[in-house]
Amino acid sequence: MGNVLQLLLAGLATGAIYALAAAGFALLWQTARTINFAQGEFVMLPAFFVLAGTEWLGLPLGLAILLALVLALLVLGLLFKRAIVDPLLPQGVLPVVIATIAVGILLKESVKEFYSAEAQPFPSLVAGGTLHLAGAVLSLQDIAVLLVAGLAILAMQLFLTRTRLGRMMQATAQNPEVALVLGIPTRRMVLYTFLLNAALVTLASILISPVYLAKFDNGETLGLIAFIAAIVGGFNQIRGAIAGGFLVGVVDNFGAAYLSSDYRTGILLLLLIAVILLRPHGLWGRAEERTV
Amino acid sequence: MSAGRLAGPAIGLAVTILLLLLPLTLRGYGIYLMSLWAVLTIAAMGLNLTLGYAGQVSLAQGAFVGIGAYAAALLTTAGWPLALGMAVGVGLGLIVGWLLGYPALRVQHHYLAFVTLGANTLLFLVFRNEDWLTGGVYGIPGIPRPRIFGLATDDPLVFYYFCLAMLLLVTLALGLLLRSPWGRAFEALRENPVRAESLGIDTRRYTLLAFAIGSAVGSLAGTVYAPLVQYIDPYPFALGMSLNLLLMVVVGGSGRFFGPWLGAAIAVLLPEWLRFSEGLYLVFYALLVILVLVFLPGGLMGIAERLRLGRRPVAG
Amino acid sequence: MSALFEVEGLSRRFGGILAVDSVSFSLAEGEILGIIGPNGSGKSTLFNCILGQLRPTAGRVRFAGRDITGMRPSALARLGIGRTFQLLQIFPGLEVRANLLAAGQEHRGSMAGRLFGPPDAGLAEEVERMLAFFRLAHLAREPAGSLSYGQQKLLDIAMAFMAGPRLVFLDEPAGGVNPGMLAELGERLRLLNRERGASFVLIEHNIEFVMGLCSRVLVMAEGRIIAEGAPEAVRADPEVIEAYLGG
Repeated sequence: MGNVLQLLLAGLATGAIYALAAAGFALLWQTARTINFAQGEFVMLPAFFVLAGTEWLGLPLGLAILLALVLALLVLGLLFKRAIVDPLLPQGVLPVVIATIAVGILLKESVKEFYSAEAQPFPSLVAGGTLHLAGAVLSLQDIAVLLVAGLAILAMQLFLTRTRLGRMMQATAQNPEVALVLGIPTRRMVLYTFLLNAALVTLASILISPVYLAKFDNGETLGLIAFIAAIVGGFNQIRGAIAGGFLVGVVDNFGAAYLSSDYRTGILLLLLIAVILLRPHGLWGRAEERTV
Repeated sequence: MSAGRLAGPAIGLAVTILLLLLPLTLRGYGIYLMSLWAVLTIAAMGLNLTLGYAGQVSLAQGAFVGIGAYAAALLTTAGWPLALGMAVGVGLGLIVGWLLGYPALRVQHHYLAFVTLGANTLLFLVFRNEDWLTGGVYGIPGIPRPRIFGLATDDPLVFYYFCLAMLLLVTLALGLLLRSPWGRAFEALRENPVRAESLGIDTRRYTLLAFAIGSAVGSLAGTVYAPLVQYIDPYPFALGMSLNLLLMVVVGGSGRFFGPWLGAAIAVLLPEWLRFSEGLYLVFYALLVILVLVFLPGGLMGIAERLRLGRRPVAG
Repeated sequence: MSALFEVEGLSRRFGGILAVDSVSFSLAEGEILGIIGPNGSGKSTLFNCILGQLRPTAGRVRFAGRDITGMRPSALARLGIGRTFQLLQIFPGLEVRANLLAAGQEHRGSMAGRLFGPPDAGLAEEVERMLAFFRLAHLAREPAGSLSYGQQKLLDIAMAFMAGPRLVFLDEPAGGVNPGMLAELGERLRLLNRERGASFVLIEHNIEFVMGLCSRVLVMAEGRIIAEGAPEAVRADPEVIEAYLGG
């Protein structure tokens, strides 16, 4: 029983991080028809911005994180949109997919080349330690991650559903033509979506790097898992993607513990393939009518 | 057009002579690179059929090269001739590729990219974890070079000509296939699947065929790759090779028949040219791909075509 | 005379809305039937249910004595049912000639024949005839995407006729076509009907075009057929006028 609780908490904690990445992923798709194959590398990169800040510039951690956020907004938000998505989207979804694959390789190899090929220890925001509860040994780190990510997700949901700006972004995502008619500056909303995604991946990066260490090739698995989460949950609903993130985190942890650690990723992939074949719009997504 | 009519065969002749004679002047490593180029070109041509002609994105081509490589390695190290390894490898590629096509019937191309990526990872896990069959991380050493009509191909130069012959055969076969109504159906599928279906083109069947054939050609490349390197382990067949093959197709010119020849040449030669900067070549390569996508949607072959025809290609 | 084509009680529901509400009609061989109605009256949904793009919620569709309800578009096409779409649907990156070849190639021979047999046996002549008929012969080698809108529209229609269909569904054939070309288009369609005996069902907003071409007209409003008859009779029907003006 204790073991189950432990695994559940660990699963929810990593799941919350996946949910951040998956939500950004779904946002980009909804609002800008952009499937970001580099999303995993997007999560990998900000940690190295932080490390560059602390190691190269000697900044204190807080300041380095701020710097990382600014850089992420500029590079992963603005530059990504202007240099890659804007010129390629008119050609269709597929060229964007291929370009983001190239962006992923570019980011990964650049970090390897210009920072390090080794896994880097990353400062944790909370002290390590454990909490004993009902026979389970719970990691404080997990609890903190779950709290921070959970709050961020809640804040984002409130922003998207309760604020005027958030609702305008949602309206743009649902139906750009109608949004434009309603006088919503859709182009700016699309830009905000890219910036929001950049902020989400920065948070995910800072939360996950203390656990898995910062390494240039972390993005490979992270991107795959974020996508699986988004698909399993439902691509066309942010809530679905978030729920998918948690589900995938939990399934991953339990699968590794009880089924097979050799085929850890394999279990998630089978989940993905099953969902795609049986419920292509995801467990919590809306079905999209096939249009001609 | 008249200058273009002559330019094609002239370039073809020049390239053929180059491919036949250049290796005579090279030493071991150069010959190895040219052999590798031939093998990767075969795999990329298969992907070009699936992606460039039929418009179905696959990020699992590297795993299909793996299927072929393991089939050839297992059978030839057990004493069977390579021809059997090729038949088995291609057969497996056809079957698994056909199965891989099924998700394509359900989901759109971007989902499909991830599903095929997932399939690549699954196959990689099988190569790595099923020790009893694949030797796991230790791989399979001592893969013999084949005897072709009684002629040993242990010499690198002889084996290179074998690789080249395979490439030319594949090129010929794919050329005939793409000129047949099947090829036109693939292109119709890429251009406008809804319209194709309404004209009686069974888009389900052609989608599955595009995956099966493209993947099987990838596996065929694998059956040549195994005796080329003579030792295989799972790592070359991870996602990296699939992405690399995809980028070769795009850089060369997706849907251009000879695009993979050029794309693979760049992929093989770029790391050599950029030797001075070690691993930096992937950074350059990724940048090149992005630049090609943004500025040259037709790939490098697209430029050649534009020069030859003297007009702008139609936006597609 | 038994009907070539019959729709019986066809309905399609989207959530709470009945987009098509038990529609029934039939069509004789050689007939040209027009379907008109205000926007959102269910015409396109009706087409999509008949032609395998959408699954009808209820009802049956029969063609040449055979139940074709819910069959896939490619299967319908091979039975001899052609169609065009509301928006242009061609293969823009392929040559005009290849567009027509692609439109005809699946209607004869076997899969193996299409791979190993002589390419396009017998089809090339039909392509030439179509090119000449629609006055596109000089453009045969051009990429279809480089043609003018009107030429693309003609190509689109030519593709639907490549395989010699017995029944063709045309979704707004006159849409976006300039007045000069419209007469030409009507003339081509009439010729195809007379010389090849093809029957048509067409959705159209251009009432003049419909009146000039069709022998019978159905009027749809809110998913139902509200009037049916000869063009002149329908035009005078007060309920029809009400649907247009009040809708």
